[in-house]
Amino acid sequence: MLAEFLQYLFTGITIGATYALIALGFTLIYNASHVINFAQGEFLMIGGMATVSLTAMGVPMVFAVVLAVILAGVLGIALQRFAIAPAKQADVVTLIIITIGASIFIRGIAQMVWGKQYHVMQNFSTNEPIQVFGAVLNSQSLWVLGVGAVMVVALVLFFTKTLIGKAILATSMNKEAARLVGIRTQMVLMLAFMVSALLGSVAGIVVAPITFTSYDIGIILGLKGFVAAAIGGLGSGVGAVVGGLTLGIVEAMTAGYISSDYKDAVAFSMILLVLFFMPRGLFGAKVVERV
Amino acid sequence: MLNRFMQSRLRGLMVLALILIILPAFLGNPFHYELVIQMAIIAATVVGLNLLVGFAGQISLGHAGFFGLGAYFTGIATGTYGWSSVPALVVGAIAVGIIAWVVGRPILRLKGHYLSMATLAVGFIIAIILNNERAITGGPDGMPVPALDLFGWELSTFGQYSLFGLDISGVQAWYILVSVVLLLAVWFAQNLIESPIGRALRSVKGSEVAASVVGVDTAKYKSLVFVISAIYASIMGGLYAHFQGFITPAVASFEFSILFITMVVLGGMGSTLGVILGAVVLKLLPQVLADFQELETVMFGLILMLTMIFMPKGLLPTITAIVSKRMRKKAGGEA
Amino acid sequence: MTALVEVKGLDKAFGGVHAVEGVSFAVEAGQVYSVIGPNGAGKTTLFNLITGLYIPTKGEVLLNGESTAKLEPNQLAERGMCRTFQQMQICMNMTAIENVMLGRHLQLRSSLFTTLFRLPSLRRNEIAARKRAADLMEYVGCGDYLDAEASAMSYGALKRLEIARALAAEPKVILLDEPAAGLNATETAALEELIRKIAAQGITVMLVEHDMKLVMGISDRLLVLNYGRVLAEGIPEEIRQNPDVIAAYLGG
Repeated sequence: MLAEFLQYLFTGITIGATYALIALGFTLIYNASHVINFAQGEFLMIGGMATVSLTAMGVPMVFAVVLAVILAGVLGIALQRFAIAPAKQADVVTLIIITIGASIFIRGIAQMVWGKQYHVMQNFSTNEPIQVFGAVLNSQSLWVLGVGAVMVVALVLFFTKTLIGKAILATSMNKEAARLVGIRTQMVLMLAFMVSALLGSVAGIVVAPITFTSYDIGIILGLKGFVAAAIGGLGSGVGAVVGGLTLGIVEAMTAGYISSDYKDAVAFSMILLVLFFMPRGLFGAKVVERV
Repeated sequence: MLNRFMQSRLRGLMVLALILIILPAFLGNPFHYELVIQMAIIAATVVGLNLLVGFAGQISLGHAGFFGLGAYFTGIATGTYGWSSVPALVVGAIAVGIIAWVVGRPILRLKGHYLSMATLAVGFIIAIILNNERAITGGPDGMPVPALDLFGWELSTFGQYSLFGLDISGVQAWYILVSVVLLLAVWFAQNLIESPIGRALRSVKGSEVAASVVGVDTAKYKSLVFVISAIYASIMGGLYAHFQGFITPAVASFEFSILFITMVVLGGMGSTLGVILGAVVLKLLPQVLADFQELETVMFGLILMLTMIFMPKGLLPTITAIVSKRMRKKAGGEA
Repeated sequence: MTALVEVKGLDKAFGGVHAVEGVSFAVEAGQVYSVIGPNGAGKTTLFNLITGLYIPTKGEVLLNGESTAKLEPNQLAERGMCRTFQQMQICMNMTAIENVMLGRHLQLRSSLFTTLFRLPSLRRNEIAARKRAADLMEYVGCGDYLDAEASAMSYGALKRLEIARALAAEPKVILLDEPAAGLNATETAALEELIRKIAAQGITVMLVEHDMKLVMGISDRLLVLNYGRVLAEGIPEEIRQNPDVIAAYLGG
């Protein structure tokens, strides 16, 4: 009984941590530019795929990871600079379609370069599973949780201690005012996309040994990240982490105890339920409409 | 005479009718017909979706859910239970309308990205149910759907028919049917838009506060247009099922929902003819790009991005603006 | 005679800050009633409470003796209350005259069936509504813009358009939130004339305004707010001589 429960919990927390990282990426971009980036999942895919193919070419793992993350970061900057910035006056829906166009584009390139098949990545450390009270824990799960925690701490430090982080926060609160005090807001927006892409690619790399990776893995992971961000309340960092972990655990429990066919349905029912009672998610900002 | 035609409120409808009458002259084989029939069915669906998105300003990223429900209702009612098509389409539309009203009431209180999230979730849940209830829907493998029968008159794509003494093939008969349906869909949409109800809908997009203080029950109108667009989707889904003869849960998928909303935005939100153009372009594009083989997906994404960046108002509104600017310049030059 | 609009102990707090506190007053039918006060005194908040856009923290508003506590803005419109906004709320996706015809919404009930088939009754009503809207645009002085896109109109014309839209709803009471803001002297004089015309029709006018000359000239009674509280209430003459009001306005 306990073993079974623990097993589902481990699975849930591991995948939940991944969702949390994706949701944080959404949150970052949403805060800085009020854009929902439907290409967020592609950063994960790029991270995982680039690492796999670089190591296959004989590049040592550490360098492969660094290069993959840099590649994703450049992609993030390019996305902002060439797709989002030129369309800044556009409607919410139009921006959504632009990011969807971008994700199709990126996926198309990935398909050309890496083909349509699944790619396998080795665990970072041992392939030996760890036994905890009868449950089996994949060693890679510890990597996911550890890296996830490090990323969250790094983000908190970035936003509270560094000038660049504060500039991003200032821009997200009031773009005009930020510009008046001398912040180069266009620069800041590009930075936000870059950091978001870094987060996504790191998540994609650490989770790749568990989920495998392929050119189209970003679609569903990106959507789950969006669900997690919306559950937590768009724009809230705490919300993204809580939303991601909750979503992961609920999914794993549903798959384990009820039916794995309906695990995604539960995720989407959960978001409806949350929004029904809290139209701005669990930690979303309360806004008074000004007229 | 020409001037009066140009000012008529139905000129769009007339242009569309003219195109539909002339088009068969350019359709060489059954494959062409098939493509155009699919286009017309999807175009009528997005005309309905445009009422919600383009006019009332409410985002839906899950509209294929209603299309899929309509398709499966028709498929199951006619295939499994032996209903004839017309009652299946009508009862299906009513059932989908009720479902849309029940889910629409709570989620339409949401705004912007939260609404898009919620509609996306509704679409996904429908698709997951269609995928998993194998006993009823056949699951991911799909299910066959009998040919359409109109009051005892069976309309199969393989049949041979005679109309006013003319021999026509099954696809040609289908072409006539979907042309009439598309024209009706456009006519209803235009009548709706240019009415007090239509003004109330547009005011919800323009300023919800302004609408409410002159007495518009915004919640009611949002639900109404959500239901109407779902009924459009349901009926067209049913026709699609009959035409294809076979359906899979892909008709309710997220990809299909995205395709619908993209047609609306690309063609021009709030322009009925524009969204039809959007449907035509997005249905033709893969055919054209097929020659590029590996590059197909890349090109598709690139074209989508570039069009939306440089024509954020959509194809038809942008083209119309350019043409009327030219004409004004020309008129100014002559004066 | 009961008052048309009665405000009883109204209170509105935004996260501990009282924007409006313990405000009570009554407006008789047919009056021009103005609310004045320095910036941030809570005038617009008061209007938002009266028209149902905000829910009061305490207190209530009576319209024709009926409590409006559970009524949505559109239900208040059905009972004859209409308004304009300081930050104009115009539907920029419509033409000017369509904005005014939107004001006829409550008078233009037609079924979905009638609409979808565009039956003759709907066509007749639409023609009549268009005529009425055109007359109203003429009446408020923006008759030149009938089929212009709202987004192409000047600021002053839009202000008038908003008044025409409110009048189209045939209100018993119309609330105007800073109608003179941003207008020049000529336009303000025309506005004063318009408000007099509206009042002469028997429509009760409630006004939030900064322009003292305008307010003192046309109001039957005034309410002075300061930091969300009532500083004074009375006829223009009393307000002009009230020492608290003078202090507040001359640098209190």
